[in-house]
Amino acid sequence: MISLVNISKTFNRGALKALSGISLEAKSGELFGLIGPDGAGKTTLFRILTTLMLPDSGDALINGLDIKKDVTTIRSKLGYMPGRFSLYQDLTVDENLKFFATLFGTTVRENYAQIRDIYIQLEPFKNRRAGKLSGGMKQKLALCCALIHRPDILLLDEPTTGVDAISRKEFWEMLARLKADGITIMVSTPYMDEANLCDTIALIDQGRILSIDTPGNIVRNYPRPLYAFKAKNLYRLQQDLRLHENIHSCFAFGEYLHVSFRDESAVSLPVMAKWLEENGHQEIILKNQTPVIEDCFIDLLKH
Amino acid sequence: MKEKIIIAENLSKQFGHFKAVDNISFDVSKGEIFGFLGANGAGKTTAMRILCGLSYPSSGKARVAGFDVYHQQEQIKKNIGYMSQKFSLYEDLTVLENIRFFGGIYGLGKKELKNKSDELLQTLHLSGETSKLVRSLPLGWKQKLAFSVAIIHKPVIVFLDEPTGGVDPITRRQFWDMIYQASENGITVFVTTHYMDEASYCSRLSIMVDGQIRAIGSPAELMEQHHAENMDQVFFDLARTATRSAD
Repeated sequence: MISLVNISKTFNRGALKALSGISLEAKSGELFGLIGPDGAGKTTLFRILTTLMLPDSGDALINGLDIKKDVTTIRSKLGYMPGRFSLYQDLTVDENLKFFATLFGTTVRENYAQIRDIYIQLEPFKNRRAGKLSGGMKQKLALCCALIHRPDILLLDEPTTGVDAISRKEFWEMLARLKADGITIMVSTPYMDEANLCDTIALIDQGRILSIDTPGNIVRNYPRPLYAFKAKNLYRLQQDLRLHENIHSCFAFGEYLHVSFRDESAVSLPVMAKWLEENGHQEIILKNQTPVIEDCFIDLLKH
Repeated sequence: MKEKIIIAENLSKQFGHFKAVDNISFDVSKGEIFGFLGANGAGKTTAMRILCGLSYPSSGKARVAGFDVYHQQEQIKKNIGYMSQKFSLYEDLTVLENIRFFGGIYGLGKKELKNKSDELLQTLHLSGETSKLVRSLPLGWKQKLAFSVAIIHKPVIVFLDEPTGGVDPITRRQFWDMIYQASENGITVFVTTHYMDEASYCSRLSIMVDGQIRAIGSPAELMEQHHAENMDQVFFDLARTATRSAD
């Protein structure tokens, strides 16, 4: 279990507020997502949890252990995969694994079961230097090294950033299998669509938590009806809608614009369709839209 | 017929036995927003480096902004803009210093540069931040500034390599507004992204798999061809046929 109470951290003698009063709890066996853009404070939070940095104020417990006092015990229970590839580039795949196993006083053989599923894909390259691996393989090796001492808790800082949609999907499938093994996982990501794969998520921006809940609840709590609009010229549709007095929000989501109104009672989809037609739009489609996490994030950012 | 800003014919780049770019042919018209998609390792970066005049192809032909990629690399560099997520501005120069530096490199005159930077700072609401180090700006502002700087010399075409990675969802959309504006001003846009919703904002796009272009067309055309409801499905459909490993 990870529990944070009122964690704050500043840099540059207080000029830069990286984290402002962060409180959250990730239960044992849970897959917990920190969802937010660059600069949200995700990495700082991981550095505090991994005992690499002290907070200015607040408390953090990892399985009941205090990050300020129980540093060595905590480190033996954590697996950490930093955002930047941090293995030894001039050691081979197997040498890196052996090195990290030895650091934690164990052997690769003893804990092989823990990494087997992932290691099998790496095995053809086991004698290759880590620096010569492809991005996807590097990521798998880093995950193996973070798991080799059978940690209770796995901390993953933006493991899928800059990774294509297919490799991202594969990575999340690996996380689901690890979760099934009972490991508590905290993972950060700037990709909003990955939020749905977590049990609980914290939406964070500029060092503050905007919302914490299950993805389902966050979506259910979206404060107003949402619609999807489409027309032949999407860019012009967006520009025209932004000038409409009753539009509360209008953001592009792929093929559609997601639109909400200030006053629901003063408008209807047929009325909007007519207005758009009069403004020269063609191939108009207007329909109800279930919000996605990104809608919720945008709405929370606007406040 | 619209003027072609990029023409590539049977373009290939081979490293030893490895065909990073394998016989690709495509063209991009003036003012288009062209999405250049593909999984990691599909060959996008290699192809982009050739088109930007930074690397020679092994075979095939390509012209960018009317210039040949074999013999006119320097003219190509003068006529394009480039911005990537990884490098775009100097972090330890101020906002104004960055604008002056890049404007100077692209050969803008003193007066032109002054007018341009005033205009740019005003549009970006950065007039009060001119003497701030770029390092201290939020990522979203940095990326918007980087884009404005990349087109400060009114290039024929601007190459954007994952310009919105890690940017918050509102700024990401504001960034696309800027892309549309540039395109309306006649600047051709060539963009890569891992966000599949952004693929839908392109006028046309190509998807690379194992060094080859496996699909090219407007988002609507590609969705129809693949009987898909969104670009995500189209991408998965194609990229999962890849046989070579990433990067």
